[in-house]
Amino acid sequence: MTVMSYLGAIGAAQREAMEADSRVIIFGEDVEANVYGTMGGKSRADKGDFLQMFGSNRIRNTPISEEVMVGAAAGAAMTGLRPIVDLSYSTFLYMAMDQFINQVAKSRYMFGGQASMPVVFRSAMFYGLSTAAHHSDRPYPMFMNMPGIKIMVPASPSDAKGLLRTAIDMDDPVMSFEACMLWGMKEDVQDGEFHIPFGVAKTVRSGSDVTVVAISSAVPAAMQAAQQLEKEGISIEVIDPRTLAPFDSDAVLNSVARTGRLVVADPANRTCGAAAEISALVAEKAFDCLKAPIIRVTTPDTHIPFSPALEKQLYPNAGMIADAVRKVAGTRKE
Amino acid sequence: MTLANDMLLEMQRRMLRIRYFDERASKMVKRGEIPGTVHTSIGQEAQVVGACMALGEGDYMTGNHRSHGHPIGKGAKLGPLMAELVGKAWGVCQGKGGSMHLADFKVGSLGESGIVGSSIPIATGAALSSKVLNNGKVSLAFFGDGAANQGCLYEAMNLASVWKLPIIFLCENNQYALSTPQHTVTAGVVAERAHGFGMPGVRVEDGQSVLTVYDAVREAVDRARAGKGPTLIEVVTYRFNEHSEGLRLAVDYRNAAEKESWLKRDPVKMFRSYLQEQGVADAAMLDGIEADILAEVDAAVQFAEDSPDPDPSVAFKDVYTVPIGVAQ
Repeated sequence: MTVMSYLGAIGAAQREAMEADSRVIIFGEDVEANVYGTMGGKSRADKGDFLQMFGSNRIRNTPISEEVMVGAAAGAAMTGLRPIVDLSYSTFLYMAMDQFINQVAKSRYMFGGQASMPVVFRSAMFYGLSTAAHHSDRPYPMFMNMPGIKIMVPASPSDAKGLLRTAIDMDDPVMSFEACMLWGMKEDVQDGEFHIPFGVAKTVRSGSDVTVVAISSAVPAAMQAAQQLEKEGISIEVIDPRTLAPFDSDAVLNSVARTGRLVVADPANRTCGAAAEISALVAEKAFDCLKAPIIRVTTPDTHIPFSPALEKQLYPNAGMIADAVRKVAGTRKE
Repeated sequence: MTLANDMLLEMQRRMLRIRYFDERASKMVKRGEIPGTVHTSIGQEAQVVGACMALGEGDYMTGNHRSHGHPIGKGAKLGPLMAELVGKAWGVCQGKGGSMHLADFKVGSLGESGIVGSSIPIATGAALSSKVLNNGKVSLAFFGDGAANQGCLYEAMNLASVWKLPIIFLCENNQYALSTPQHTVTAGVVAERAHGFGMPGVRVEDGQSVLTVYDAVREAVDRARAGKGPTLIEVVTYRFNEHSEGLRLAVDYRNAAEKESWLKRDPVKMFRSYLQEQGVADAAMLDGIEADILAEVDAAVQFAEDSPDPDPSVAFKDVYTVPIGVAQ
């Protein structure tokens, strides 16, 4: 085991994938200078400089041109490379929506399976850091609405490393939504190369009274809530789906079958968010198990304001999750 | 450039394939035998074939909604293309792409795009892969004068130039974006925009001459293969049919005299005369080639008729390489 940060784990997964397969390349804005954590070391000297290790043919700074970055990655993936594109902020993805939706997601299908699309699009969600509306979105639900793209939302260093490696080695396009808020999180990560399969949720904590499905930064928040709730005699089971496409329905349905109660904590906006989809799934498939209405804890349908005084209240935190749990458990009335 | 006779005859064959294929497709749309519509390349055959034949067999190509000519020009078999147009199982895309989204990876055709300009970044990426893998392959992006005003073209040109990617940006300027005359929406000359990106810009005024187009594109291909980077080529041409088959507009946006003068410059007829004048082939031989190609198109239509409809389950296949289940 090695202690690794979330960002360090992302760097390690990329380094190992590049060492294992010469078809893997990285391009994006400022990747040579490691501005957004492509290399994952504390400094260039500390962990090895990707540019020095792999050369300028495989590590490429791009112009600020998201549309061609995304489209070129698709074209390169269809013709023998396995690109990792570092798109830095998740809001920058919008610049390339046509390429994501019409080319990346649809090419394999529309051309009758002729194309394979082994490409990973990494971006960081900078919410909670006073970067205001143009930098703070959590846009994964928009892409859940589009078949053809796989989506990972790691909430720990180990998951970030294992999922990212699976994504790089997979023949389908993957969007990796990394939470900037978790960049510094550290834990023991198993040594060497490893893969975590997509579509397999992690039960972060077992419990018997309420199922809490938590996404991205809501996972540590739910774990914090669990400690407080334990003192109140409420035992929650925390499930991190880890990937949203594919989504591990069985894990959630099995847990709800035991607890009969569901809270979904999702830092994305409320309407048509991941929480909405998960709630609908449980309402459709496990209605008979439910002892209380499902509660979603999400970011409200507003934009992200700059001022910390305004922003802080918006995202699912331990207090909000605990309150929702108390409500479905019937220990709090409102 | 002096070309061998068999190459010249192959150019005529490919132009005839496009002409007869599209003439048949046009009829089939009008008879209701093709669902939806098609956009024909009739009148633009020289520009398509001149460009495609300047590429090697292993080279890559992307295109747009006016899509049949490109894969045919690149050497695709007609049967699976026609089966695709009618939405059958033996279609080159298994009936999921249709006329506007043909692709035949076997001949380097990486896909036509129904979104104007959207395949330009894809071709750029194929060129990046050639560069990184150092495999000597060249890419060519076909796009129209309408797409010349899409931002992604300029993102792609800048990236291709700064990375010296082996790609040709080929603007098929047929002078109208659907009904909109090019000069009313496009500032300056498309080819001249290349200079801002530090690459050669070539305007081929006679896009009805397959040899003129071939020479211009061949030079760009040689340059790309030598590692000298991209070229923008604008080829002036004219589509003889309406934007799409069956489209009827209240306004005739192209005047009769203009149409008349372009119809006189039919690339297929012009090249037939050239081949005769140069002694490459006599009338009987050329008649024979025309009959052969007509028979190929007949066989393609028969292939499409013989093909079964796709199984309904195909609608849920190939969303992913590794399926994750489709909600039904």
